[in-house]
Amino acid sequence: MLLLIPLLPFVGFLLNASFGRRISKAAAGAIACGSMLASFGVSTIAVWRLVGLPPESRALAQTVLRWITSGDFDVSFTLRVDPLSALMILVVTGIGSLIHIYSTAYMHEERDSEYARYFSYLNLFAAFMLVLVLGSNFLVMFVGWEGVGLCSYLLIGFWYQKESAADAGKKAFIVNRIGDFGFILGMLLAFVRFGTLDFQEIARSVAALRPETTFGTLSALTLLLFVGATGKSAQIPLHVWLPDAMEGPTPVSALIHAATMVTAGVYMIGRNAVLFGHAPHTLTIVAIIGTATALMAGTIGLVQNDIKRVLAYSTVSQLGYMFLAMGVGAYTAGIFHLFTHAFFKALLFLGSGAVIHALAGEQDLRRMGGLKRELPITYWTFFTGALAIAGVPLLAGFFSKDEILYRTFAGGHLWLWTVGLLTSLLTATYMFRVVFLAFHGERAGEHPAPSTEHPAPSTQRHLHDAPPAMALALIVLAAGSVLAGYVGVPRAVGGSNRIEQFLAPSFGEVRLKPDATNDARAALLQPGQERQEEAASATEGLERGLMGVSSAIALGGIGIAWFFFLKKKRAADEMAVRFAGVHRVLANKYYVDEMYEAAVVQPIRIASDEGLWNGVDVRVIDGAVNGVGGLVGGSSSALRRIQTGSVRLYAVSVMLGVVVILGYYVWR
Amino acid sequence: MNHYLSIILFTPLAGALILLLVDKKNENAIRWIANIVAFVGFAISVPLWFRYNLSNADFQFVERAHWIPSVGAWYFLGVDGFSTLLILLTTMMGSIAVLSSWTAITERVKEYYIFLLVLQTGMLGAFMSLDFLLFFLFWEVMLVPMYFLIGIWGSDNRLYSAIKFFLYTLVGSVVMLLGILALYFAYHADPANGGVYTFDITRFHQYAFASNLQWWVFLAFFLGFAIKVPMFPFHTWLPDAHTDAPTAGSVILAAVLLKMGTYGFLRFSLPILPDASRAFVPMVALLSIIGIVYGALVALAQKDWKRLVAYSSVSHMGLVMLGMFALNPVGITGSIVQQLNHGISTGALFLIVGIVYERRHTREISEYGGLSKVMPVYAAIFLIMTLSSIGLPALNGFIGEFLILQGVFVYSYVWAAFAASGVVLGAAYMLYLYQRTMFGKIENPKNEGLLDLNHREFATFAPLLILAVWMGLYPAPFLSRLETSVQHVVARVSPQYAAKNAADCATTPAAVAASTNPAAKFLEALPCGPDGKPLPSTGSGRGPGGSSGTGADIPAPAGSGPPPARPGDAR
Repeated sequence: MLLLIPLLPFVGFLLNASFGRRISKAAAGAIACGSMLASFGVSTIAVWRLVGLPPESRALAQTVLRWITSGDFDVSFTLRVDPLSALMILVVTGIGSLIHIYSTAYMHEERDSEYARYFSYLNLFAAFMLVLVLGSNFLVMFVGWEGVGLCSYLLIGFWYQKESAADAGKKAFIVNRIGDFGFILGMLLAFVRFGTLDFQEIARSVAALRPETTFGTLSALTLLLFVGATGKSAQIPLHVWLPDAMEGPTPVSALIHAATMVTAGVYMIGRNAVLFGHAPHTLTIVAIIGTATALMAGTIGLVQNDIKRVLAYSTVSQLGYMFLAMGVGAYTAGIFHLFTHAFFKALLFLGSGAVIHALAGEQDLRRMGGLKRELPITYWTFFTGALAIAGVPLLAGFFSKDEILYRTFAGGHLWLWTVGLLTSLLTATYMFRVVFLAFHGERAGEHPAPSTEHPAPSTQRHLHDAPPAMALALIVLAAGSVLAGYVGVPRAVGGSNRIEQFLAPSFGEVRLKPDATNDARAALLQPGQERQEEAASATEGLERGLMGVSSAIALGGIGIAWFFFLKKKRAADEMAVRFAGVHRVLANKYYVDEMYEAAVVQPIRIASDEGLWNGVDVRVIDGAVNGVGGLVGGSSSALRRIQTGSVRLYAVSVMLGVVVILGYYVWR
Repeated sequence: MNHYLSIILFTPLAGALILLLVDKKNENAIRWIANIVAFVGFAISVPLWFRYNLSNADFQFVERAHWIPSVGAWYFLGVDGFSTLLILLTTMMGSIAVLSSWTAITERVKEYYIFLLVLQTGMLGAFMSLDFLLFFLFWEVMLVPMYFLIGIWGSDNRLYSAIKFFLYTLVGSVVMLLGILALYFAYHADPANGGVYTFDITRFHQYAFASNLQWWVFLAFFLGFAIKVPMFPFHTWLPDAHTDAPTAGSVILAAVLLKMGTYGFLRFSLPILPDASRAFVPMVALLSIIGIVYGALVALAQKDWKRLVAYSSVSHMGLVMLGMFALNPVGITGSIVQQLNHGISTGALFLIVGIVYERRHTREISEYGGLSKVMPVYAAIFLIMTLSSIGLPALNGFIGEFLILQGVFVYSYVWAAFAASGVVLGAAYMLYLYQRTMFGKIENPKNEGLLDLNHREFATFAPLLILAVWMGLYPAPFLSRLETSVQHVVARVSPQYAAKNAADCATTPAAVAASTNPAAKFLEALPCGPDGKPLPSTGSGRGPGGSSGTGADIPAPAGSGPPPARPGDAR
């Protein structure tokens, strides 16, 4: 049954890819949405059956085939669903279905064949994403891992006639490949170290070890895997591809570059929680990278003018939060944030898509404004999403983000907590900057839009709010953004944190087997949680206090945005002029792209062209080869002169030869 | 069917003889005959796949007849799993190459197809020969038709390229012949062999030649084979030959001829000269790694579509060589799989260039752009083959690449890291190529009217697409065919593996000489099956890795259970 979950969208892909040019848009859309909904249905049944099992043995597996067998290398293609992957398949198929439905309206202006091509890619993406989360070992996960990268490449470059889109797709793929370089080496090391690539078996082997106090094999292994995660999840230093990925259609940004694919790195660490838990050095690096990325992306998001780029940096920043959670050992909190983020970030992207759709391709915030009246559904749903991501109490983002910050603080990482809190302030500010600039105030000038996404000759007299298919997705996601947090209400405020209990087995936080000893259990527990259990009641007050702080921060951030971008717009410009240097650095994203271009891309280009090809290959090697050829040719033409054809000359030379040889022997 | 291999071998030659009798003006008849012969040649080789006995470790379908009794040379054919797969690749690529030439070749049609078919017999013979002199004969036979294919039907710079190809290969093979003769006389000189003069490879496989002789002969073979592979720095004939060869010539060259070099290493150098092979591992590995990175970087700089694919071959074949010289089962298996993959994907990539070359008569990448719009089916096939070439999982390239990396990693994680950098660079140059040709707007008006693939052209790709997906998703039938061949080589060149297996499974005391091969220290006990044969490990307690920092030992995973029998055991 598990195989059906990725297989259904894959069949959808095959149908649309093979017959897409011969069927109508309605049929293509129906195939794509139908296969996703069916997959969602099967996933629900699978999760239902999973929940029916007792918590410590919650896992269903299906071996599809024995995949690679060679000598001592034996890997089977096995799918497995446990609480963690159960959550992921629900997110992927559930939110995926909504985005498919949204796309039927959003992409309607494309030609029939392009429409089918779009949906075939989207289905293929879903299939690979499901393989990624269901894979029971590294290699199957890697199939999904690379597959989603491919679909991301294809969808970013969907409008391939536009050079920037094709460039962005290529950049995404290659930067991801740099991450994969680490990931592959990590897998190889894992196999050499443990003799298997199966997650469960590795976890079982690792559980018996002590956490590594020095930087050893486990640290190297996890660090290499984390390099892969930085690629896929756009963390420093491989974050550069995600903002450019906004060249793709907006629903793609919502599904792939916000809700699902980019969270794969976080998922991978969660999947290997026991392994990473035994490599504290790596975890420290993960936490620091995550926090740094969160802060850096948050500051950049503050000054971007393209609505989708703001959201892209926001995604990078939120992913940083998730890595922070992973790094401090708060796996549940990280996955919880992944879960809630999927709702509100998909919502925000789809909302921005509705705006772009209405404005015939306009993406510049400076040319928006006052859309509140004309696009009420979009406005109210977008507003909900913004509240959720800002961390306003009682909405989804509040619970998950707060959990991360609390765990960071409780784990004694004061600096990380401070930076996290600062980022929280930035989040609220840049999100409400978008809200105020786009939906409030007045629209600045009716310039004809330099349309990028929708080259439709739309007259700008009257704007249409989201059509039904888009509105449906927006409303459902808005509801999710409000409610998703309630699966993880912390005990401190009277909740039961059900998501933590549900996910715990996946992180090795309950006994793997009934007969495992208590020692093993103690070794499995993360330091943060251990401490928390001991002093549970004493820390509840602290947790409530921290909640108050972060609520205040969120509201403060919204207040700042309100002051600068609604109340006194001139103040924002004045700030920009006053801190022109800072503003320029931020607007240019800290010049990271430029640095890479100068330090990596150009040197490689020049070295391979001038140095290796025209230098070594053409001049040195071929020079030598042709030189030898020339030498042979030259000497033979010299020798040819002797072949005069004159018999007398030959006779003389024979005579001379005889004399010389005879002379040699005589003289000797 | 005692003469099965001979039938496969001489079918193309018979076709060439038939073509001799056809009037050269009757071009369509010639095309039909050549296509039918090539296809029949493929069809009759297919039973080789099914009739090959997986559990038999010896050479199969053996044929033996006197050839030159006075020097002890025999007409001696036979195949193992490795050559079986290469033979199938040859017959398949041969018929694809013939089919792809239908409209591309319009001059001297008769000679063209005759050369193509003779070439086919030469390649098949080289893969089948178990007599060294016979092998050398076929090895040289291949050279001549290829020389004419490039020199007559090639493009602008064809004469230079053809002569370069010919001389490069000839230099290598002359030196190789000296090596063969050295073995021949050394074998005779040992009184233990009863004064026999023989070129019999199976005997050489069981004889331990003196170390210093091995050393010299390895170098002689190395020159011959490394030129053919081609390894850095002997590769510069390849870009020229590929670029100027007609499409079918490039396809055959990439898919099959380059495999002659790797086949030579695996069939001759490693098992006949095991001591020297071990001694030369660092040199070969270094050249391979240079080849991987260098080929990829130079490919990145190319402006000529075909030349780019040619340099990608240098990079890929470097990986093949590196996997082979890891000298362990996983690496060698990966190396062979990657040889097949390279044949499939690079063969397809040359076909792909050929399609547009035939329409536009240029290979300049800058002449193209935006072709996705006018040739969507073509673009889709190109994409799949690009992905296969850069080793995307679920396609064939990944399986070979990963097995090679795994094998190399066991040997040295530094090498593996260098080799894996090819993963990044490969994606870079292929996607850069794809973007420049397929994406963007059509800016060159000449490209606006390009036609998508016709049925014949599609037919040349169909088998390659099927294989790419099949080998990616279910490589087990291929891997199981390679098992005994790989074991045979490993038993010679890394005897610790075989000794270890024997020690674990029989009661003979272990005589493991772990000193010579660094890979030995990674060896662990392999579990035995009920039949006493070593089973593929389930990975219980594999030894510490390249860098084991923790002192703690890993206990065997509790639930690993009895390993499932390998596919070969069932038969």
